[in-house]
Amino acid sequence: MNLRSIPISAWVGFAGIAIALICALFAPLIAPYGESQVVGDIWLPGGGDFLLGTDNLGRDLLSRLIYGARTTIFVALAATVISFSLGMLLSFTAAVTGGFIDQLFSRFNDLMMAIPTLIFALVVLAVLPQHLWILILVMAVLDSTRVFRIGRAVALDVAVMEFVEAARLRGEGTGWIIFREILPNTLSPLLAEFGLRFAFSILFLSTLSFLGLGIQPPAADWGGMVKDNKDGIIFGINAALIPGGAIAALAICVNLVVDWLMKRTSSLKGGRGDA
Amino acid sequence: MAALGPENGPAPTTETPAAGTLQPQAAAVAGSGVVATMNTGVVGGTFWRRFSLRRPLAALIVQRLGLSVGLLFAVSLMIFGGVEALPGDFATTYLGQSATPQAVENIRKDLGLDRPVTERYFSWLGGALQGDFGTSWASRNSVSEQIGKRLGNSLFLAFFAAIISIPLAIGLGMLAVQFRNRLPDKIINVVSLAAISLPEFFVGYILIVLFAVKFGVATFPSTVYDSMGFLERLSAIALPVATLVLVVLAHMMRMTRAAILNVMSSAYVETAELKGLGAFRIIARHAAPNAVAPVINVVALNLAYLVVGVVVVEVVFVYPGMGQYMVDAVTVRDMPVVQACGLIFAAFYIFLNMAADILAILANPRLRHPR
Repeated sequence: MNLRSIPISAWVGFAGIAIALICALFAPLIAPYGESQVVGDIWLPGGGDFLLGTDNLGRDLLSRLIYGARTTIFVALAATVISFSLGMLLSFTAAVTGGFIDQLFSRFNDLMMAIPTLIFALVVLAVLPQHLWILILVMAVLDSTRVFRIGRAVALDVAVMEFVEAARLRGEGTGWIIFREILPNTLSPLLAEFGLRFAFSILFLSTLSFLGLGIQPPAADWGGMVKDNKDGIIFGINAALIPGGAIAALAICVNLVVDWLMKRTSSLKGGRGDA
Repeated sequence: MAALGPENGPAPTTETPAAGTLQPQAAAVAGSGVVATMNTGVVGGTFWRRFSLRRPLAALIVQRLGLSVGLLFAVSLMIFGGVEALPGDFATTYLGQSATPQAVENIRKDLGLDRPVTERYFSWLGGALQGDFGTSWASRNSVSEQIGKRLGNSLFLAFFAAIISIPLAIGLGMLAVQFRNRLPDKIINVVSLAAISLPEFFVGYILIVLFAVKFGVATFPSTVYDSMGFLERLSAIALPVATLVLVVLAHMMRMTRAAILNVMSSAYVETAELKGLGAFRIIARHAAPNAVAPVINVVALNLAYLVVGVVVVEVVFVYPGMGQYMVDAVTVRDMPVVQACGLIFAAFYIFLNMAADILAILANPRLRHPR
């Protein structure tokens, strides 16, 4: 792989993700004002002291956007990492062991997936107390059902290969087979899936926050910022569109990179290349 | 949010076929004497086996129906039981600071929470089957009455979004296939990729800013009343329908494109090309009949997604539907409402997925003989 072969769209995606990551990592250094510092009148137009204007409580929108990147990306990333660890561990175990365990996990997974994700999240969040780690865990568990399905399919393809058979005959344990034989050979397709799930997590978190069930104020997060400023829209104040645009931009960037990753893996497999 | 859903429904297709489905396979090879004698033994068995042998297709459909009902039952158990198993208590939340043990006890008794779980579950399920979902904890109104009004509104919204988006998605998908890897396809690809990445509320607010605030041609908020005429209603839901269409269109179109391309890149289409048949003839005679099944599947899956997609759109447009009702109930932890809405949404989702499954079986005979 050389750098020339990466298309422009993927570069745009990488650039967008890098900007968001820099904002998230160095938020206190970049942001001109504090996260929940009231600096002026409400809904001031952009320009002058406040580059993007102020929000519904008179806080600087740009600063909140930068801090929001931190919360949004951290929660989405944490949820994706946990859901991947959980989903892959369970799916590989199911694929390698087979039999009863496989049936049990798969049928339970089907049951979980029979309830639409958002509805499931609403029902569960209605009961659970509102903590950040609970939110992350709920998102992770719901998302891991998707990871489980794809992970099992991918792992089943690998589990019938000769080298897995050889490892089994050598007397290696299930743990060795999962981590040393199957995992390295499934990383490539799963990497693309990771990006896809990450984009999904960003959107899902934003939706939950927008509905008032995600990250709780005063912490800044992009979905919550849209919710805070949505009342301004009918007065022609576009403060709600800026964090909304940030969510969309980040999700698009991640998807552009994923698109390229997927094309790459599918061209490695060698098909007619247009599907 | 736009990436939610349609890619993964519940998957009755992956279910291991029960005893019933294996029969048609046996029937197909029943020509040989050995199998025939084996079958006579089976035919003598239960009514179901005889039925599945004589009418394999009907048996398959009945089996799918049964599976969905079973799934729905399991889901109801999960929605109710899961809620019970999780920590957190309405009474404590409701009382907040003033939660003395006595007051909590009183509220729990008032709401019937002191009865055993199994008893409450069965009385809840029994009521739900008869269309009675109990009374709301927060407002003390009948849940069924509220749902009766709001479900119609939500379906109204979803119905119009569906009849606009389906033809549009299939048309654009075919266009993308026709011009594959050329400019129109690339434009459609990039635009739909962007559209998938947009959260529903963002699309909604952009439409509001453009059409309600800037040009003033549409109404916001999209409140509807009982006394409203049909045309008035239509103009009120124009923006929410447009939002839903945009959100679901990209998904449906990409899936349609993939489904048709899959058929177009198969060996028999290549043969037809090499024979020198015209593009139209290839599509009409060879590709289309085989593409019907996946396209129907795509449409049904996206309809299932649409039913769920209304939740966010209703909140954005302050539209009095099921989604808004559910979100409001979740914020005040009004469990009877949450459970009822959750069950109804899940039921729509499951049955539309089942419809996708059955239609795919009807359109593609190969699926009737699961391996």
